[in-house]
Formats: sequence, C-alpha cells, structure tokens
Amino acid sequence: MNVIISVIGKDRVGIIRDVSTFLADLDVNIVDISQTLMGEYFTMIMRANTEKSSMPIDKLIVALREKGEKVGLDINLRSEEIFNAMHRI
Amino acid sequence: MISDKEIFETMGMVSSQHLDVRCITMGISLFDCITGSAKDTAAKVYDKITSYAKDLVSVGDKIATMYGVPVVNKRVSVTPVSLVGAASGGYVEIAKAMDRAAAETGIDFIGGYTALVQKGATQKENDFLLTIPEALACTKKVCSSVNVASSRAGINMDAVKLMGEMVKKAAYLTREEDSIGCAKLVVFANAVEDNPFMAGAFHGTGEADKVINVGVSGPGVVKSALEQVDGDLTAVAETVKKTAFKVTRVGQLVAKTAAKMLDAEFGIVDLSLAPTPAIGDSVGRILEEMGLERVGACGTTAALALLNDAVKKGGIMASSHVGGLSGAFIPVSEDIGMIEAATMGALSLEKLEAMTAVCSVGIDMVAIPGDTPAEVISALIADEAAIGVTNHKTTAVRVIPVYGKTVGEEASFGGLLGRAPIMKISGYSPLKFISRGGRIPAPLSSNKN
Repeated sequence: MNVIISVIGKDRVGIIRDVSTFLADLDVNIVDISQTLMGEYFTMIMRANTEKSSMPIDKLIVALREKGEKVGLDINLRSEEIFNAMHRI
Repeated sequence: MISDKEIFETMGMVSSQHLDVRCITMGISLFDCITGSAKDTAAKVYDKITSYAKDLVSVGDKIATMYGVPVVNKRVSVTPVSLVGAASGGYVEIAKAMDRAAAETGIDFIGGYTALVQKGATQKENDFLLTIPEALACTKKVCSSVNVASSRAGINMDAVKLMGEMVKKAAYLTREEDSIGCAKLVVFANAVEDNPFMAGAFHGTGEADKVINVGVSGPGVVKSALEQVDGDLTAVAETVKKTAFKVTRVGQLVAKTAAKMLDAEFGIVDLSLAPTPAIGDSVGRILEEMGLERVGACGTTAALALLNDAVKKGGIMASSHVGGLSGAFIPVSEDIGMIEAATMGALSLEKLEAMTAVCSVGIDMVAIPGDTPAEVISALIADEAAIGVTNHKTTAVRVIPVYGKTVGEEASFGGLLGRAPIMKISGYSPLKFISRGGRIPAPLSSNKN
C-alpha cells in the first residue's frame, strides 16, 4: 500500500535519520521525501510503500506514532488513497 | 502526484476543522426473521444482527486509523419493526432484542422501530404505534421513526394526531432524563429508505439484505473554507461546492472500503452537513460566516438555501450513489451556533420552520415546554409534513416536550445529542383542527405557485 507519512517536530540534528531508521525497522520503503523548516519546526512529508512490511497498516500506524513520541516527533502515516480521493478526480 | 499543499490541507481538515465520517450505518433486512411467535422472532432478530454486524465497529475503527479520519458512530438500521413484528405482535420484545444486539456488537444506535402509515394504518400498525413510548423507555440505543405523510398520499392526520400523543407519552416515560425518549423518535413526511442518520434510519423494503450507507460531516471544514472568501455570494457558493466535493469523496472512499471489508452492498453516501455540539462543528456558524449576525436573523433562510444547494451540487459528483437525506441539518441541540441563537432569542421556532422549507430535515432536536398539549405537537408535525409534502422533500419533527421544564430552562442529553434551551411555542389551540382526523389530500403538482 502506498502511504503518506507526515513528520512534525522541533528542529534538531538527526530527525531524518531517526524516522528513516524507524521505517527501515518496520520494512517500510521510502519513495520520496520533501522537507521544510517552518519557524523552529521541522516538517517532512514522505511517500512510502508498505508492501514489504509484515505489520498490518493499523498496527504500523500505531507503532510509528509511538516511536515518534519517544523522540519528540509527531509522526502520522495514512493511506495515500484518502489524498487521491480528495484531490484527484 | 499529490502536492505537499494538498496533503497539509487534508490533514488540517481532520486535525483542526472536525472533518469526520459521522456514521457508517449497516442496513439489515429482517424479513427472514418473521415468525408467529414473539419470542422466536426476537431471538432470530438478535442472532441476525449480531451475526451481520459483529465486525462493524472494528472495521469502522480500522478504516478510521487507515485514513486518519474519525468514524464517529457505527450504527445499524433494520426493516421496519411494524412489519417484522406484525405476525407475532411482539414489537417490544423485538425492540429489546435490538437493544441487546446493539450492546453486544458495540454499535452506537440501532434504528428501525418504524412504521410507514402515510396513507393509512392497519390495526396491527396502530397497535405498534402505541408501543413506541414504552419501547423507547425500556431500551437505550433503539431509535424510532414514523412516516405520516408523502407527496403522493397526502397527510394521514389520524396518525399525526396519535403521534402527538405518543411524543408526550415518551416524554413522560423518560422524564428522569429530560425526556430523552423523544430525542430518539422522529415523525417524517416523505421518509427515505436508505437514510444512515438517526433517529430516522430504517432499512427500506426495497433494499438488499446487507447494505452500507455512510453519512459524512464537515460543517467545520466548510466554515474554515468560507473564512478565506472575501467575494460575493457566487464566490461563497463556489467555495461550498468545492469543499463539499472533497468531503464527500472521503465519504465515498470510506463507504466503498467498509462495504468491501464487511462483505455488504455499497448503498449510498448521504451528503448531509451534520453538526455536533463541539466548537467549530456548527452549521449555524457557517450561516454567520456568510454575514449574518446570528442564525435566525432575516436572511437566514436565503443563506441556508444557498448552503444546502451548494452542498448537493458539490457532493453529487463526488459519489457514485447519493441518497439518504442529503442536505444541511439544523438540529438545535446538536449545534453550538443554534444553541446560542435559541438561548438569546435570536432564533424562534417560527423561523426554524421557515428554514426547513429549504433544507433537510425539519424541526429537529427542539426542546419545548413540558406542558405543551399533545394537539399542539400534532399540529407542529402537520405543519412540517405540509412543507415536505408540498415541496416534494423530506421533512421531520423531533421535538422534546421536556417534562417539568419550561421556557428559560435547558434540557441536557449528552454526547452527540447535546443540550437545548426550551423554546417558546404558540399557545393558541389547534385542538378542533387536529381532532377532525382524516387525510389531507395529496397536493397538485402542476399550476405551481
């Protein structure tokens, strides 16, 4: 399944490393990354694929959120379908 | 490729503008549960509902997690119990079985304690109507609806008269909880068979065995979008259309996914803008954002007509099957903008009635004094039914004559049902008119004026 992952947190060294490590641990393949700094907050959007992951998507979402909370990041993963539905005819 | 801007827009709708799917409602046919024994019918009803809807809550939660959009309520609607129980007469036993099945499956509401008597009622249906107050008082999650009029049949004034009395009785039997029984009882004109919203949901006789209908929400999203609009009312209408399209697409996605996961037919998406008592989730606030000082001011009906029409135009292309009630809801107790306007006297019952001529659904979740006579409630139902029948649209009355309370006080129901200031209702008597009974003939559809 194609997914969109949003990451928001106070800027510091190693955010991309932390998130990509989490994703690698969960066998989620990153397809694209864009990031920007909004004030002191680091904001990142990742496109990824979960086909290789053994975890069902609802568990994956919770696992990623919990990992994010431990390092001060707000990480949300959603199926890409909702964005396609809303913004593409 | 979806842009970052679009991604942030969707995320903002959910996180700060209360975008949610109001309900996934599973319609279940109970025709194969009919027996001549009340006990056997109730047992079959319980078994079928708990079997068909056993995964409804978990699937709803899973979809909510997957798409990151809350699914607020999971509900079941069933074949009108007046039909299912006619052979056995065990209507209340069936209501109790429905309530137990609702508790077992963990759903929020179950609708279908329903009779369709728009042209006439059989003796069995009259028996059924008399059981409604008791059924509502002895269950927690069961919702009831009665269709008393249609554009083809006219208005069954005998049923209207009886329903005024039943509303009063339901209020009395649930007097310890601000007459909450009446919050679960709706009297319709032109009722629809695939409505996912409560209290009026029932599974029509022309429906398949197991159907998923979805009701979207999103008043907060529409209001936020309008905050950015500085243009004229054409620009306002265009913005509402675009926003409604996006909101409905979410409903369509959720409905299709839920139907697939639950092995059910995809029925319809209901386009209604359904408010909640939460701050920022109000239809009243949308009308105020358009430029009215308060809901209820002159201009409210026009603003609501614009909103209702634009929501439909935007939503209709976003879904392969649109149905249900599909319009803007104006339940007083469930909308913070309406609660405030009614409390301060900006919104009167008469203005609400005018508003129902241009939107769905009707006089909804309005608290009135507990000593309001039954014939006044019947007459209010007749007025609403006349608006629906004449305009070929669904209208309804869900009023709560709050036992022991009067104007200046408030009734509180909790949860999605909210709280309502007791509103003033005309004290002049329609007793002779209501006592006449009979039928108001169906209206002419030509020579319109």
